[in-house]
Amino acid sequence: MLKHVLAAAVLSAAILAPALACAADETPPLPHQEWSFYGVFGTYDPASLQRGFQVYKEVCSVCHPVKHLYFRDLAEIGYSEDEVKAIAAGYQVTDGPNDEGQMYQRAGRPSDPIPGPFPNDQAARAANNGALPPDLSMIVKARPGGPNYVYGILTGYKEAPTGFKMLEGMNYSEYFPGHQIAMPPPLSDGAVTFADGTPATVPQMAHDVVSFLTWAAEPNLDDRHRTGLKVILFLVVAAGVFYAAKRKIWASIH
Amino acid sequence: MADTRPGATARIIRWIDYRLPFVQFLNHELNEYPTPRNLSYWWNYGSLSGIVLVIMIVTGIILATQYTPSSDLAFDSVERIMRDVNYGWLVRYVHMNGGSMFFAIVYIHLFRGLYYGSYKTPRELLWILGVIILLLLIATAFMGYVLPWGQMSYWAATVITNLFSAIPIIGPGIVTFLWGGFAVGDPTLHRFYALHYLLPFVIVAVVLLHLVALHRHGSNNPLGIDHKGPQDTIPFHPYYTIKDLFGLTVFLLIYAFFVFYAPNFLGEPDNYIPANPMQTPNHIVPEWYLLPYYAILRSITFPILFVSSKLAGVILAFSSIFILFFLPWLDTSPVRSARFRPIYKWVFWLLVIDVVALGWVGANPPEGIVVTIGQIATFYYFIHMLILFPLIGKLERPRPLPSSISAAVLSGGARLGSAGAPMAKP
Repeated sequence: MLKHVLAAAVLSAAILAPALACAADETPPLPHQEWSFYGVFGTYDPASLQRGFQVYKEVCSVCHPVKHLYFRDLAEIGYSEDEVKAIAAGYQVTDGPNDEGQMYQRAGRPSDPIPGPFPNDQAARAANNGALPPDLSMIVKARPGGPNYVYGILTGYKEAPTGFKMLEGMNYSEYFPGHQIAMPPPLSDGAVTFADGTPATVPQMAHDVVSFLTWAAEPNLDDRHRTGLKVILFLVVAAGVFYAAKRKIWASIH
Repeated sequence: MADTRPGATARIIRWIDYRLPFVQFLNHELNEYPTPRNLSYWWNYGSLSGIVLVIMIVTGIILATQYTPSSDLAFDSVERIMRDVNYGWLVRYVHMNGGSMFFAIVYIHLFRGLYYGSYKTPRELLWILGVIILLLLIATAFMGYVLPWGQMSYWAATVITNLFSAIPIIGPGIVTFLWGGFAVGDPTLHRFYALHYLLPFVIVAVVLLHLVALHRHGSNNPLGIDHKGPQDTIPFHPYYTIKDLFGLTVFLLIYAFFVFYAPNFLGEPDNYIPANPMQTPNHIVPEWYLLPYYAILRSITFPILFVSSKLAGVILAFSSIFILFFLPWLDTSPVRSARFRPIYKWVFWLLVIDVVALGWVGANPPEGIVVTIGQIATFYYFIHMLILFPLIGKLERPRPLPSSISAAVLSGGARLGSAGAPMAKP
């Protein structure tokens, strides 16, 4: 029967392949970056994540929130407890109501969520020509192509082809669906200065910030990959033992 | 001092068994239960699906202790499970991918039944209970998919509940009733959560009936002939417990690969965007395991007599499953196993290809060639069920059946897993 399964698979692939080829549209294939977190042994690179956080903080956070991240989470990308406290203290957060019933501003603490740039979606739209800058904490998981797509958006700005009608205030992107994106090119060479001396080129910043956003979307990836390896190894051994036992038990009746 | 005397355990068991024959029952159903000696690995999928059901219930209850079924909080509560609950990511990914694994196994189990004629007398009710489990499984999976309250959750709920609006006169009323309001919203999420928690236990009940029906006449087997005596059977334990255990481990390897290395591969990225009633996703697609039904649903693009195209699609999509209830009587062949059915052996694979094609159609936007392929595949599905099954049974000349399972196995003519091996020269 296995033989038949293979035959059926090949046959259906042969039927479907030409149809699939027709379905491709004019968007070029996404750029393929070497991501440290890809593959069975993939892990995040803390230095890259910290640079990425810097890019997020100094560039992206002007318009985009990361709703699901807390300051305390930053300890996972290699910041010490004191560094996390210092980063949090650099933000003002609204707390309250206090005993007089008033809301008040205070310095951030590690237990606070990282505050976004706007109090609500309407304020965000009002400040951005009607467009809503999406929350970035899940963006890598929420787009087909994941990190390569977000990298493509950050680096894929081009002059619109001749004859392509652009709407007022929009920008041409190679990879954005429909090619018209409200976000102006966010990165330019030297937009930030990295403390570790890494040159702040657009591809470098894009790579780092996408790494950071991948971590923001999937903070448990390192743990998941490590645990997975143990589980798979255990199961491989168990499968071997059970197969041997099966052979032995069945030997008498074959 | 009584419990140190030899035989104390045996006497306790005997005391209990005299009043509640539990151990006797287990011994009878597992140890003495005669099983055909020639079951291939295609017979692993029944016990596998039972184990996945348990995994789903256990992980589901753990998730339920942390999840909040409110339209304002559901999405964030799932993210809290992923980020802040200890091993929440693991439990959620196991549950999320478990849905896909469950369907993969159940579909293989179902097609195995189709290939080897496991639905034929005296196993008609066993088969019908299986189809009921499939229906319950689809309902449970659909409602579970709504719970994270992402974009695809919300819009899948909207599209599927709206199907009922196709029913003339009372349809719109039914839809409002299902929603608990005038759109998919908070009450809808609450009731889907309640039902998503309830239905798995209904499934457990039907699975128990499925097992009772199975143990009445025992498993079918690759030869499709009844066992005729002790030489044809072996005890379930240890022979099939170890075989199932090995199969389970291999299955868990595949499952673990998805959970740990591709947890979102089978899902839709759109479901990581919080539900937004003001913005429809470009392509609303169900999970892969519902794509063939979705393709059938969309295949009717024209009204049929007085029936609107929408209602016709709904009727066909439901019929594609309901028709399976009648399969034991649609298939007129007296021979169970496709091994001895020279025509059906090949036609079976047309159905597999057809269902795969329907799945592909369901995944793509209904434009151009996709619509045509969808219509042809839908048409073929019903032709296969309603015409080919009865017709082939009548036209085909089955090859001679072996005299017994043991005769076939011991002569070496029917090695396990070699479906096409000729049994005897006609």
